[in-house]
Amino acid sequence: MPKAWFIALGVALVLASIGAYCIYHVVMTGIGAWGNNNSVGWAWDITNFVWWIGIGHAGTLISAILYLMRQQWRTSINRAAEAMTIFAVMCAGIFPIIHTGRPWLAWWMIPHPNDMQMWPQFRSPLMWDVFAISTYATTSILFWYMGLVPDLATFRDRSKTKLKQAIYGVLALGWRGSARQWHRYERAYLILAALSTPLVLSVHSVVSFDFATSLNPGWHTTIFPPYFVAGAIFSGFAMVMTLMIPARYLFGLKHIIKAEHIEAMCKVTLATGMMVGFAYSVEFFIAWYSGSEYEQFTFINRSTGPFWWSWLSMVTCNVIVPQFFWFKKCRTNPWIIIVLCLLINVGMWFERFVIIATSLSRQFLPSSWSYYWPTKYDVGVFIGTMGLFLTLFLLFIRFLPAVAISEVKNTLPEAHAGKDH
Amino acid sequence: METNENNDHDEATSAHAGETSPATGSTSGHDGARASSNSDEGELYGVLAEFDSPGALVKAARKVKDAGYGDFDCYSPFPVHGIDEAMGIKRTILPVLVFCGGITGTFLGFLLQWYCNASAWQWNVAGKPVWSIPANVPIGFETTILLSVFTTFFGMWILNKLPQVWHPFFRLDRFTKVTDDGFMLGIEAKDGRFDAVETKKLLESAGAIAVEECYLDASPANTKMPMFIYGVIICTTALALVPFALVYKARASHSKDPHYHIFGDMDFQAKVKSDQYNDLFADGRSNRGEISGTIPRGWLNDDTSYAQGLENGAWITSFPTSVEVSRDLLRRGKQRYEIYCSPCHGVDGRGAGMVAVRSQKIGQGILPRNLVDPGAGVITQPNGQLFNTISNGNNTMMGYGAQIPVADRWAIVAYVRALERSQFAAGTDLTDAERSAAMGATP
Repeated sequence: MPKAWFIALGVALVLASIGAYCIYHVVMTGIGAWGNNNSVGWAWDITNFVWWIGIGHAGTLISAILYLMRQQWRTSINRAAEAMTIFAVMCAGIFPIIHTGRPWLAWWMIPHPNDMQMWPQFRSPLMWDVFAISTYATTSILFWYMGLVPDLATFRDRSKTKLKQAIYGVLALGWRGSARQWHRYERAYLILAALSTPLVLSVHSVVSFDFATSLNPGWHTTIFPPYFVAGAIFSGFAMVMTLMIPARYLFGLKHIIKAEHIEAMCKVTLATGMMVGFAYSVEFFIAWYSGSEYEQFTFINRSTGPFWWSWLSMVTCNVIVPQFFWFKKCRTNPWIIIVLCLLINVGMWFERFVIIATSLSRQFLPSSWSYYWPTKYDVGVFIGTMGLFLTLFLLFIRFLPAVAISEVKNTLPEAHAGKDH
Repeated sequence: METNENNDHDEATSAHAGETSPATGSTSGHDGARASSNSDEGELYGVLAEFDSPGALVKAARKVKDAGYGDFDCYSPFPVHGIDEAMGIKRTILPVLVFCGGITGTFLGFLLQWYCNASAWQWNVAGKPVWSIPANVPIGFETTILLSVFTTFFGMWILNKLPQVWHPFFRLDRFTKVTDDGFMLGIEAKDGRFDAVETKKLLESAGAIAVEECYLDASPANTKMPMFIYGVIICTTALALVPFALVYKARASHSKDPHYHIFGDMDFQAKVKSDQYNDLFADGRSNRGEISGTIPRGWLNDDTSYAQGLENGAWITSFPTSVEVSRDLLRRGKQRYEIYCSPCHGVDGRGAGMVAVRSQKIGQGILPRNLVDPGAGVITQPNGQLFNTISNGNNTMMGYGAQIPVADRWAIVAYVRALERSQFAAGTDLTDAERSAAMGATP
């Protein structure tokens, strides 16, 4: 295992360094290094931002919503999924910050008294983004850390060297598993789950407001919040499976992350995939039903215009691919699942690209119509965030409890011996 | 990786338990591992009993509670169901605190937005109201969640009296099992009912597989925090203050050094600016004058009264012959005036525009002139001079010749005259007939 781990970490670090170089170049020369132009002002950067945020949402869904629904199978994957959330949000945050053009002034978005006596404009959805994403990142980190504490205490008590004992000891905050502490801990966990559930729905709704509150045909629709949330869960579950299926082989977790857990996730992916497909058809219906020639043009242009290839990729990967999960064979064969999940992640990336690039390249003014093509720096920064994500995930899986130990124990039959019935 | 270790450990601990359980049935529970450290043990802290299952722990907890003990606690690797009721743990107050935290979050979120956009900086966006609740709901929601989360997270640790990395029970090797597979019950010596012999008997009769006494450390060297930790705390605190000290120094002192140019190519761009020296031309100037004998297209201004407001070197007092003062011209002038002039001079021309109000509020800038009050000396100027001010600016006002076409400038002059008339008209401005009609209309 360590050998495969080191190879993977090496690859991840190389990708992350490419990204670091590209970010350096973009920051030093300005975002003109990207392929963004006057018409398509949002392109790969915002596509990647929305994509990463969406990836992160599955983690919260698994840790919070499935907890509230008492789906016990979630305990096998919730820790890793929560870590995935945090790392994905970190990757997502990079893009809008660079996109500001002067990232060293990004702190101006935080309301604070200043010499210029300027205050943020809170009627802008971009400010809503700042608050939603930072609240989401904070909540995810605290929720994750709280779940980690009892397991870090286990690590502390199992460590052989003084250094490890000291590090894990400080991180475990002196947790000693007392019943009086567990009582408050469980309450707090339940409350955090209940708070995260509306939060995760609000975060992707707010992200969709960036588009929906504009007047741009193809963006200005009320279906966006639920449609974005369904897409987020869809892509997030695909990502969880992409990560957890190799992990359960590499780390020998097959008896904890069982085949039926993977199958359950396939079913969630199928369900959310159907919702996404439904949303696509509703968009087309509304464009026709609205009677607005601009809306109708936008949607016809999406499927048959210059970006027809991205629209076709989106529909193939997001609507047709998940249909394979109707078959039990496809839900149980790890190779098929991995391939389908990778395709879904590609499809969900294209969905955001289609929404952003096709709408912006054909706005109301035909003289501003243009095409968009990425530069190597667009690609490099995106690859870099993948490297960063993988690096963090590999470090996490090596040094922190990747499976929620105390929660898994809690689902064992012995844990319920205290109850008299 | 973890799993393999886990398996090894399970075997090791079960072997360990097998050794100790018969031995501790009757004796005081000091097994071999702890014997060496007996010499530095001081005051008795309490006793710790181990049970073989969560069920046994719950039964024992109920028995200890029924015996009247209060200062005791159960320890387990996961929350054991039913133990709260067995131990008589009261429901935590945490949800109430979280509710209060959430309400505070809502309030603070809206207060922040109200202060920023409706009080400190009333920014006019397309004439929309400065304070409109729907636009502020998303952030109000997020701050509600954020403060609820903070209350939950920090409230839970504070109520649990954590972090506390040291505890007397950590001195017992047995206690490390509690985060793995051990189920333990500890009674503290400070409990009124505690008795070194009777309490242990009670625990043994409750089904403990081992009972152990826990002593506080006698040697003061081991109970005090090591000196190096103080050192670390002092150093970190001192280092953390350095950035603040630098900021304070920068704010409190003056410097003539140029600022750092981190992004050189943004500050020094590869282009020639109009006032820069330039080797390319003999006169060394970058700024090139017009070629003699030519003018740009459309710049042939032979009608000086129309293009400059001048006739024979003097400001014209009426309007140029090509400008017809009509209702349409005034309407056009009003529209242009409100776009270009009203931000500073105000829609009524008295100098209280949005920019002026804001600059007064922050104590910067000077007041724009009152255009309409004859006492302020602007409206008494000839038309040509007003036109010239619009075209080329005056004092700190910049010229608007580049933005406003000539015809529109005359329209603005006409409208400014109308603004003055509408606010500073005297009775003598009316004819006798009009005056008597106006007097007759008002009783």
